[in-house]
Amino acid sequence: MSSRDVVLARVRRALADVPRGEGPGDVPVPRDYLRTHGSRTAEERVALLAENLAEYRAVVHHCAEDDVHMLVMRLLNEHGTQHVLVPPGLDPWWMAAADPVRIHDRAASTARELDTVDSVVTGCAVAIAETGTIVLDGSPDQGRRRISLIPDHHICVVRVPDQVVDSVPQALERLDPARPLTWISGPSATSDIELDRVEGVHGPRKLEVVLLSE
Amino acid sequence: MSGTYLGMPAFPTAAASSTQDGRLRANLRYATHTIRDKRAKAVAELDDWARLRAAGAAVKDRTLRHLDHYLEQLEEAVTAAGGQVHWAADAAEANAIVARLVRETGEREVVKVKSMATQETGLNRTLAEAGISAYETDLAELIVQLGDDLPSHILVPAIHRNRGEIRDIFREQMGRWGRAAPEGLSDAPGELAEAARLHLREKFLNAKVGISGANFMVAETGTLVVVESEGNGRMCLTLPETLISVVGIEKIVPTWQDLEIFLQLLPRSSTAERMNPYTSMWTGTTDGDGPRTFHLVLLDNGRTDTLADTVGRQALRCIRCSACLNVCPVYERAGGHAYGSAYPGPIGAILTPQLRGTASELDASLPYASSLCGACYEVCPVAIDIPEVLVHLRERVVQGGKVTRRGVKTVLKPAKGHAAERAAMRAAGFAFDHPGVLRAGQRLAGRTRRLHPRRLPGPGHAWSDTRDLPPVPAESFRDWWRRTRGEEQGK
Ligand code: SF4
Repeated sequence: MSSRDVVLARVRRALADVPRGEGPGDVPVPRDYLRTHGSRTAEERVALLAENLAEYRAVVHHCAEDDVHMLVMRLLNEHGTQHVLVPPGLDPWWMAAADPVRIHDRAASTARELDTVDSVVTGCAVAIAETGTIVLDGSPDQGRRRISLIPDHHICVVRVPDQVVDSVPQALERLDPARPLTWISGPSATSDIELDRVEGVHGPRKLEVVLLSE
Repeated sequence: MSGTYLGMPAFPTAAASSTQDGRLRANLRYATHTIRDKRAKAVAELDDWARLRAAGAAVKDRTLRHLDHYLEQLEEAVTAAGGQVHWAADAAEANAIVARLVRETGEREVVKVKSMATQETGLNRTLAEAGISAYETDLAELIVQLGDDLPSHILVPAIHRNRGEIRDIFREQMGRWGRAAPEGLSDAPGELAEAARLHLREKFLNAKVGISGANFMVAETGTLVVVESEGNGRMCLTLPETLISVVGIEKIVPTWQDLEIFLQLLPRSSTAERMNPYTSMWTGTTDGDGPRTFHLVLLDNGRTDTLADTVGRQALRCIRCSACLNVCPVYERAGGHAYGSAYPGPIGAILTPQLRGTASELDASLPYASSLCGACYEVCPVAIDIPEVLVHLRERVVQGGKVTRRGVKTVLKPAKGHAAERAAMRAAGFAFDHPGVLRAGQRLAGRTRRLHPRRLPGPGHAWSDTRDLPPVPAESFRDWWRRTRGEEQGK
């Protein structure tokens, strides 16, 4: 007997108390929990997102479409960035004023090559106001999972209010499980040493979120 | 300590020595109280917490009652998404599968994300025997590994170490494993974290094989979920060419939508955050993004035996948030090592004796490692009635009864030569030696009695019938402690 058969047979024997006719759907799951915690206008939602992101020590910027290229340029310059990673589908306008050398992430690039890059600029799939979370799903304006991980500085542009939802349940509804997903709430952090919070153990130490009004 | 739980003394013995360790106790007390206060605030933010908790428990019950169905569905979905599924009936088999998979890649080094399952199976030792170096990459696990030590807490495994000890470990050990600690490394947490960052980045950038566990597996879609803070998880899950995930069969949730419950319950219960810094979700393999090969090893190792017990089964709902550790007065005093298992604290006291059986004295003593105060049940985000299972297991230890071991139904004899009663009495002696434990227990027991309308069967019953409870000390426990053991409260 294969181990698969062994384990499944054990499971079935262990569940002898479950009545024969019972199907999985017969075990009730109450779903009376809330879809969102409180009701907000689009503006309030964006404000809450900004507040929660900032509490997690992400740096939040507000910006209009016309100015976003100047803001991105300034943020890269302030960080002293010489090389910036750019996913293939990023809106070229966002980078229109930036001086640093653009690096494109090819499947063949090694992680070691990417380790020499200073910053990365990405879009996002959805942002969650209640938890201060941005979610990347590998779409062309976000690129492979590794590009928002290896460089020390991540600039993420969120289109507001379109890409902002209130809650975790609403975010899941919008996401496609077939895509690789990365949920980010503030910069990488650890509290493993006497519970002192230290930012940026392995992921980017600096997360800047640009809330771009359309 | 030599990186193994085998041959650990029974809980009361281990606890008796760890409670003499002032620094350990001070570290633990500070940590558990800090986390639990923060957690209470994070939970209070959601006014539907009780409903989320009920939904979480119900989803897990649905999963467990139809686990065969969901396992098959999961296997199909993972396979369809390009992953390969392996089944392991016990720890040895899981370790052998992983060692073989690593060997087939031709690699001799692997990077690991913190994983309770591989801690449980002792995977690192098997890999070492096969000539494969496994690098733990979670900062706390790194501290534990470099110190040739054992984890003592689910969430913060190196909680028993303070910054000075960590600096010494880094200075002395990092160079043996790879990049040495920087000259003049101080004990500032920021500097220590930076040293770990530099040391581990070498590993991540070279790694061809990653090994992980998972917090959740979605049967409907074949999606795996890992929740973390540092980014070491993301490194291990996305940079290597091959990813091997070892996951207990109970970690399934049926649908994508079900994640909405657990992604609210887990971070708030665990690190007391609205959301943890990073959550990764992957479904099989994705062309051009992340590992090209994905293996999922489904681990039984006593879980089906636990499932066969209709009272004890609820322990399999556990999402390893560690909230129960942080409220437990016994854990706070005894520390995680005393439980002799990858699973310490209240959940360990009910899970370990079910996964491993109660044949050893240690495992037989674990159901007594509690004051039955009920605090663990109150904080548990999936409403596991830990006191109920503790009492049930005590009864089993003492009176024997029907159990399933390695899939075979047997009848357990009552513990021989009053071994169990001895274990019970020693545990009781431990509690009476530490009045704070007892009083905290009594106080909370009073407060939660309404929630636990049950008799104490087995030894608890006989025991409370025939013995006088010791008088409550006249002075407060803290005063007593200061007076008798000196100042060592830490921060
Ligand atoms: S038993 Fe409950 S509280 Fe304890 S770790 Fe598991 S889920 Fe968390």
